[in-house]
Amino acid sequence: MEKILVGLKRVVDYNVRVRVRPDNSGVETDGVKMSINPFDEIALEEALRIKERGQAQEIIVVSIGAPEAQQQLRTGLAMGADRAILVETAEAVSPLMTAKLFLALIQREKPGLVILGKQGIDHDNNQTGQMLSALWDRPQATFASKLEINGETARVTREVDAGLEVNEIDLPAVVTADLRLNEPRYVKLPDIMKAKNKPLDVITRDELVTAATADIQPVTYEAPTEREKGVMVEDVAGLVTALKDKGLL
Amino acid sequence: MSKILIIAEHTNDTANASTAKCIQCATEIPNAEIDVAVFSDNGESVANEIAKMDGVTKVIRIEHDANSNPMAALIAPQVISISKGYTHIFGPSTTFGKDLMPRVAALMDVNQISDVMEILDSHKFKQPIYAGNAIVTVEAPTTVPVVATVRIASYRAVGSSGSAQIESAELDIDLPSHSRFIGIQAATSDRPDLQTAAKVVSGGRALGSEENFEIIYDLADSFGAGVGASRAAVDAGYVPNEMQVGQTGKIIAPDLYIAIGISGAIQHLTGIKDAGTIVAINKDAEAPIFEVADIGLVGDLFDVVPELKAALG
Ligand SMILES: Cc1cc2nc3c(=O)[nH]c(=O)nc-3n(C[C@H](O)[C@H](O)[C@H](O)COP(=O)(O)OP(=O)(O)OC[C@H]3O[C@@H](n4cnc5c(N)ncnc54)[C@H](O)[C@@H]3O)c2cc1C
Repeated sequence: MEKILVGLKRVVDYNVRVRVRPDNSGVETDGVKMSINPFDEIALEEALRIKERGQAQEIIVVSIGAPEAQQQLRTGLAMGADRAILVETAEAVSPLMTAKLFLALIQREKPGLVILGKQGIDHDNNQTGQMLSALWDRPQATFASKLEINGETARVTREVDAGLEVNEIDLPAVVTADLRLNEPRYVKLPDIMKAKNKPLDVITRDELVTAATADIQPVTYEAPTEREKGVMVEDVAGLVTALKDKGLL
Repeated sequence: MSKILIIAEHTNDTANASTAKCIQCATEIPNAEIDVAVFSDNGESVANEIAKMDGVTKVIRIEHDANSNPMAALIAPQVISISKGYTHIFGPSTTFGKDLMPRVAALMDVNQISDVMEILDSHKFKQPIYAGNAIVTVEAPTTVPVVATVRIASYRAVGSSGSAQIESAELDIDLPSHSRFIGIQAATSDRPDLQTAAKVVSGGRALGSEENFEIIYDLADSFGAGVGASRAAVDAGYVPNEMQVGQTGKIIAPDLYIAIGISGAIQHLTGIKDAGTIVAINKDAEAPIFEVADIGLVGDLFDVVPELKAALG
């Protein structure tokens, strides 16, 4: 195939302990470390491996969001992507709108495959890939832990609740990456320098999609109820007694 | 009034526990009339089972050869074909529902709510975000249907003293041929299902190997518990993927959860927040798992676990 499109979302780093703002208006993101959504990094790694096997020519990374998402796109270019597109918008973008923006880019770029992360670790929605493939009227293979491209089709192993499911899908299609699809490479310093000269186009959301969607509105944010601190027991006998006291044995 | 359609998850023979939990969630919507759709190649026994579930008005059977192994790309257009008149369409937040429901929502041109954990009113819900570190209350537009997945660990299963009517719906749509089911590799075990087990024992990276993980199975078997694992244990190949508990694995709510050699990363903890009692066994007294454990024991698991098994047996 000629092109693979990969989504890179800028999210709060997975190591950050996220806190709700005191006024309940959202979560604290000021001064917090931001990174590429871990699932998206895996999606990009997979695309790079497909290209390295000679099964794709060009990897395009796309981010939708604030101008700062250029940092994540530069990291993607340093990992090995060939070019980047930032769809700039200051507003929150719903999964449905994200899917519509990707669809508009698909119509421009005509990729043979789109790989997205299975979920953003910010909103944990797990929706965009499914929505995009529905709007595109193409196959979806979600939660992928193995992906083989065989000409016009792909064979995808998916992590489902019951175990590992294998699907065969016609291309083009949308695949969403799960954790065990691969281990992303580390970025090396010379690659960061090289990435500075790779093309990064910035377009506005309105250039792609003008109509709005009926969005689900956040009303208020709260911290989860904390579990109360428990007791420590000295030994197995103490543990068994504590379990019996609670009626669990 | 709200008219709710629930997409049943089932094995073709029996309903998955997630179905009865989805129904429970839907009953919490005021003035709800609840229908359940069973997509299968022969849904008779599943439909009969669901017809007995409390709160269900009607069970709709949609039969097609392609439904023997559900694929979202094939089921979604079938859902659309029967969706007229419903104010809400719910599915479980299991891999089945997560795969399917966004595809349904997009075909209806609406957004979807993930992981409903509390119903406030017909269009107001709570859902966890950021691995459960925040809970957001959201309001869905009333002008379009609400499509949502239900966080099944937040709900009990409804009882089964009902008697809903069963109907068959005819399909007059062409299904796509671009997606094909090849097979599934599922572990068969006699142990209680991780997602519904009342007691669960989980092992982490500390187990060190597939062979060593046997002591976790032995302990679990000694009192009829299900078995889970941390991501690190799955990544290292000690156990298969379907045993992973956490943000990106299974979200469970057993009465008793015993975490053995698991540090307690937030991504793991989000999967066990609703457990009744959490027990942690870890040799590091500073491990974060002790901050959420109801009962903690500092010790080497290779000593503690056999001793515990002996004490229980
Ligand atoms: C996007 C993303 C999603 C993730 N999703 C999940 C998820 O769904 N589920 C999940 O579990 N993780 C998930 N993780 C991974 C998570 O961050 C942790 O890396 C993982 O949970 C660690 O597993 P562990 O506790 O088994 O291993 P470790 O963190 O290595 O902990 C091992 C523990 O064993 C203890 N120990 C060692 N030897 C012994 C002994 N002999 N006796 C007793 N105790 C001993 C140690 O003190 C330590 O506390 C995710 C990470 C990311 C980035």
